[in-house]
Amino acid sequence: MQTITRDMLCDKAKSLLADGSVSRVLGWKRGEFSYDVTPAVFYSAEEIDKDFVYDAFCGANFSKYLVKETKKGDGKILVFMKPCDTYSFNQLLTEHRFDREKVYVIGISCDGMSDIRIIKDIAGDGVTGAERDGDNLIVHTLYDGDKIVPYADTLPERCVNCKSKKCAAFDEFIGEECEVTSSKRFEEVEKIEAMSEDERFAFWRGELSRCIRCNACRNVCPACTCEKCVFDNPASGVQNKAISDSFEEKMFHIIRAFHVAGRCTDCGECSRVCPERIPLHLLNRKFIYDIDRFYGDYAAGAEEGSRAPLVDYTQGDIEPSQAVEGGTFNA
Amino acid sequence: MRKCSLDALDSLFAAMSGAYSVYLPVDGDGHDKHASYKKWSEGVKYSNALNTVRSAKDFFFPQSENLMEFKVDGKNIEIIDTREESEDFIVFGVRACDAKSFEVLDNVFLLPPADSYYKSRREHGVIMSMACTRPAETCFCSTFDIDAADPAGDVQCYIEDNEIYFDAKTEKGEKALETIISLTEECGSEKVDAQKEVTHERMKKLPLANLSTEKFGGDKTNTYFNSEKWKELSQSCIGCGTCTFVCPTCQCYDIKEFDTGHGVKRFRCWDSCMYSDFTLMSAGQPRLTQLERFRQRFMHKLVYYPANNDGLFSCVGCGRCVASCPISMNIVKVMKALGEEEGK
Repeated sequence: MQTITRDMLCDKAKSLLADGSVSRVLGWKRGEFSYDVTPAVFYSAEEIDKDFVYDAFCGANFSKYLVKETKKGDGKILVFMKPCDTYSFNQLLTEHRFDREKVYVIGISCDGMSDIRIIKDIAGDGVTGAERDGDNLIVHTLYDGDKIVPYADTLPERCVNCKSKKCAAFDEFIGEECEVTSSKRFEEVEKIEAMSEDERFAFWRGELSRCIRCNACRNVCPACTCEKCVFDNPASGVQNKAISDSFEEKMFHIIRAFHVAGRCTDCGECSRVCPERIPLHLLNRKFIYDIDRFYGDYAAGAEEGSRAPLVDYTQGDIEPSQAVEGGTFNA
Repeated sequence: MRKCSLDALDSLFAAMSGAYSVYLPVDGDGHDKHASYKKWSEGVKYSNALNTVRSAKDFFFPQSENLMEFKVDGKNIEIIDTREESEDFIVFGVRACDAKSFEVLDNVFLLPPADSYYKSRREHGVIMSMACTRPAETCFCSTFDIDAADPAGDVQCYIEDNEIYFDAKTEKGEKALETIISLTEECGSEKVDAQKEVTHERMKKLPLANLSTEKFGGDKTNTYFNSEKWKELSQSCIGCGTCTFVCPTCQCYDIKEFDTGHGVKRFRCWDSCMYSDFTLMSAGQPRLTQLERFRQRFMHKLVYYPANNDGLFSCVGCGRCVASCPISMNIVKVMKALGEEEGK
């Protein structure tokens, strides 16, 4: 696959700014170490030259920022989108969350974004930087010199089991256009389904017991764009800032998974941002898999305006009694 | 100073467990291998990991706790004190940053009128701190005059050459060490002193070693409050509470009531200035946008807290927010950006 470089994106951004096609650019800003890039809006070629980065750590999905950013300023905002991000982009358009005319999308091909936490699992603490070198990542460390790690080993599960290399929406494309991949992502769900009920309960209890209710998963989620979340509203009667017992935490995450069912595109941002590294996206993926099995294959965000099976009644829909009995999949 | 072989560590914990509950960092066994504090029991292994995901403040200021209950029976209301006498406990393996954070929290909770819930835990808790030897790239405790090689606490511990050293610093610490007196031997401090020197050299070479507080302090409200920089710094903040919840010095809380059907349960829980409903009053939330909420957190750490606490900053440079923020925005970037501004 053709590697996308920082220069390719900078040149593109600067020329679109120069000819007035866009008034600003949503991109990644350089941090203290190479892995701590921050999403930022750039207004000029000088700012881009100084701080714009594109490297192995640009995993953040920018689609949700468009809800807020398209309401600011005149003109269009340029956004670079990896294939998985474009599904969230389309889903947000389907839900009328921002004005498509205010955005100029450049699709970029992607072969996965590194997870610094996985790199630290491999290389230990004290990682001061990491650079891509073909199929490897050269990891600079404080105490053990440089370590060479296969790039593929540094990828999070969402990239290992990439759902699609195809950009589902763009005005322009850089890189090599690819297709939807034959992903093994549902095997992760099957592993959990194969557990006994007690094992499955113990698995999720173990994972979710670490939740600190920071709400990072909810706040980063492109499917969670309610103006006011029910859990932030004191008048709702269910506002809850703290874990009162561990069972309630399970309920929070399970309810959130229900709330985004049929709209979640499996972008995996919830798991990326979780400070406790809870594999939250697997809850959502279970719903995606179930929907596929009950109603036929459906990918939220593959097309703008598509009607999700859960909100689109057809005569051939599966009967509730056929669907699930006793908690096991029975379709 | 006393020492014993590291191989005997489990028997040390077993001996301490006779008189104290012992909590220590343990490597994760789930999806996350990161260390977290667990109670020691046979088979639980100490992790020498640099930092736990959550800080040690949880032992004294838990994420949520019941304060009291009200039982309603007709026109009678009974007030029930739900406090239980805390057991004596040891928090083992606290790093220098977290050990310093207790001073920050004490200033908030122990000054009159003292918070009796917090005070009771502080009185029953013994801090056994562990000197760092390999600080991470995200560490910047030296910025706040903390010495990672020489942590505060009731007992300082050092691991060197497959031996563990104990140095009691308080009466409480002396008493705790009595539980392991027969397992340890009196020794000199030569090896520990040598370790400190090596660590000090390492601290000087850390990427964030040059971060300075000189441009911050209690008199800087007007310098930074209206800075243009806040807009850019806060623009991609997603408004989650990660930084505040993993922070060892963030101490804001909310007090809420829960209708039990027969009365009321009053509890307190951590709150976060990053949240839209933080300090919500009948007139609304005083900080209307994320910019103002974001600014509050950093102004509190670098300006407001020092203004009220003799110049002490309420950041200890543990680096947890640097490692955990979903968008990689943190106090280091804020200090650098604001400092640059002021330098102009």
